[in-house]
Amino acid sequence: MAGVLKPDTGSLELAGTPIVLNGPADAARAGIVSVFQELSLLPDLTVADNIALSSPPRRFGLIDSRAQRRIAEEALQRVGATDIHPLAPVRDLPLSRRQMVEIAKALARDPRILILDEATSALTASDVAAVFRVLKSLRDRGVAIVYISHRMREIDELADDCTVYRNGRPVATFTAGSKSAKEIVEMMIGREVRSVFPPRSMRPLPEQPALQVRHLSWANHLKDISFTVRPGEVVGLGGLDGQGQRELLLALFGALIGVTGEVEAFAKPISLAGPRKSGEAGIALIPEDRKAEGLMLPMSVRDNLAFAAMHRFGRFGFVDRRAEDRAVNEIVQLLSIKAPNLDGPVGSLSGGNQQKVVIGKWLLTHPRIILLNDPTRGIDVGTKQEIYQLLRTLADAQAAILLYSTDYAELIGCCDRVLILYDGALKGVLEGGAINERNIVARAHNLAIDSTAPTVPQ
Amino acid sequence: MTEPSRQPPVAAPPSPAHRPDWTYHLAAQRGALVAVAIFAAMFTLFACEHPAGFSHNVINTAANKGALLALVAMAQTFPVLTSGLDLSVGMIFVLTNCLASALVSGSPMRVALGLLAVLGTGLACGALNGVVVVLGRLQPIIATLATGSVFYGAALWLRPSPGGTVDDGFAEAMTGSLPGGIPCSLVLLLALVLVVWLPYRRSVIGRAAYAVGSSRQAAFMSGLPVARAQFVTYLLSGLFSAIGGLLLTGLTYSGEANAMLGGSYNLSSIAAVVVGGTSLFGGSGGAVGSIFGAFVLRTIGDLLFVLDLDPLWQPLFLGVVLLFSVGLSSLRLLRIKNRLDVYR
Repeated sequence: MAGVLKPDTGSLELAGTPIVLNGPADAARAGIVSVFQELSLLPDLTVADNIALSSPPRRFGLIDSRAQRRIAEEALQRVGATDIHPLAPVRDLPLSRRQMVEIAKALARDPRILILDEATSALTASDVAAVFRVLKSLRDRGVAIVYISHRMREIDELADDCTVYRNGRPVATFTAGSKSAKEIVEMMIGREVRSVFPPRSMRPLPEQPALQVRHLSWANHLKDISFTVRPGEVVGLGGLDGQGQRELLLALFGALIGVTGEVEAFAKPISLAGPRKSGEAGIALIPEDRKAEGLMLPMSVRDNLAFAAMHRFGRFGFVDRRAEDRAVNEIVQLLSIKAPNLDGPVGSLSGGNQQKVVIGKWLLTHPRIILLNDPTRGIDVGTKQEIYQLLRTLADAQAAILLYSTDYAELIGCCDRVLILYDGALKGVLEGGAINERNIVARAHNLAIDSTAPTVPQ
Repeated sequence: MTEPSRQPPVAAPPSPAHRPDWTYHLAAQRGALVAVAIFAAMFTLFACEHPAGFSHNVINTAANKGALLALVAMAQTFPVLTSGLDLSVGMIFVLTNCLASALVSGSPMRVALGLLAVLGTGLACGALNGVVVVLGRLQPIIATLATGSVFYGAALWLRPSPGGTVDDGFAEAMTGSLPGGIPCSLVLLLALVLVVWLPYRRSVIGRAAYAVGSSRQAAFMSGLPVARAQFVTYLLSGLFSAIGGLLLTGLTYSGEANAMLGGSYNLSSIAAVVVGGTSLFGGSGGAVGSIFGAFVLRTIGDLLFVLDLDPLWQPLFLGVVLLFSVGLSSLRLLRIKNRLDVYR
């Protein structure tokens, strides 16, 4: 529909007239605007340049930068992202802000048909709410919206009609609200589900912590954070997006410079001097941006899986292909990675399978402490479920797991404990039955936990 | 269920929305400003140390030499912005020099037609590059290496041995100076910046070129004319190389199919572009920086001369300056707090 792929068969009709799209430019002219999950912003250009990119305001044939800036400011205002400077280069913005720019960009194009593909995957609840307000007002003005999401709640809140697809085939179309979430999930994965999340282990945890963090601070972003993760435990990191969760994981993995405080892995102090050192200490980080930080897209699945554990396959400075193959095949089976050929480029796999490759790559290093940075962003329900199961399996095998997620349901369903960060400081630890949405939200906004409904001073 | 949705982002970190505009403009131009500063420092030293003082002649000669490289560096800037590269600029420069030495002489009518033919040839060479790179989808570096060889072959065929001539009035107009001692070549550069570069930068096709250099996929997904933008950069590259060829003819009054010259301008143009603050990865920088980059490189030779150093030192000194100015742009690496930023 966006003109990216040429259909082999079939036709497209816009308001009753058939149209042929020979590229995204055609689609834009027809009023079809898409926001893709994988961001389509230009990192070197400014926010304003990006928003006005496809039809910039012109005066005497040239781009009118003042008018462009006004358009950008209005668009940002509409989605409630007034904290973004229109002249800032997109490169400098965090992921969630970029996504807001992406949405603002789509709105500035005045779409007749708006396609959003996982457009809110990195957004916080308040951003999502602002976006939904705009979408609803667009709908009321007669804009047709196609909203693709893996978050059931968003579909419930927004959609009029739903269609479930599986493997490129429509499974069912129904009016929103006529099916239960459980029924929908069954349609999506094509089999019956009992529970999305595996049951927690009931075994008592060893006293000795796997990871001990004391008074960790970094620049202005992390403030005096202390906590422990025990072997066999899944600890969640929650809170609003951008409160230092990512930085905390990066700090533990040695990617930040100037971190103060003590970190111990299995009672041995570790230096935070870089991913190599952390890897040696048995720490693995599943990064947030799998395309940039997790995978070498053009290289084969096999190579990608073997990279992090290369030292294990080394013999006299050469790679022992047989040991490598054995380990790779094992992990492919364990994670049921669906790749037509292990020697094909990893970039050709689906998002979910790419993510499994990233996870598998680190599992090959036999980590004892696993840090995960929003691992289920933008992947399908089936794979999500497999990942939840995997996390629990790893924990049962005595791995210590620290999971950052922007999805509250995941924190609630997966974690034994949840740490809430706010403005770079640890604001609360929820445990057992106290891990529920209300508590998480309240803590995330730094409100007292006993207030009946979170209210915020304006 | 609670409604997180109603809540504004309470914990908004210190908002960048209030940073004044000019800081962003300044940051965007930092690379070019560094080149300007290095040039200013070098030129001041040069002017102070020059034995003959600051005569019109000295300035004019320096300006002409600088402008020669500046034109080729501007030509190189366009493809580099799209994260391409044009290794044929030096050869187009040589080819148009040979052509001009044959065509730009005689009656005013013939001179005018000759000029058009030379510029047209530059455009044609650029168009060939564009077709090969954009439609043929070849790697720019190897495609232009090949076409450059073709252009050099044509130049050799035109001028198997050095020779030819050029119209006096035209040569004077290119290389002389205006009353008041302002070198014509600098006026030419200024005119090109005002008439071609700045409008280009603010045009949709120019914006698209930056977009392509920044992220080709995202540019395509945004519905930008990716192929056209790339094609135009090679076209402009050919045109600017041809203008450089004309200036060279005005300076030497002859044409020569000199492969060494073409090769050295190829590499110097890339160096000038980098010193001028344009990223070889594309997406940021501009032609004005490249002009100053070219002048920096050219001033080095003059500086050695007035400081009475052996000209043999020039390549070494050139390398040091190149490393230094490129190193300046990496200074930010010392300030980063996130090791991942090193690779961004």
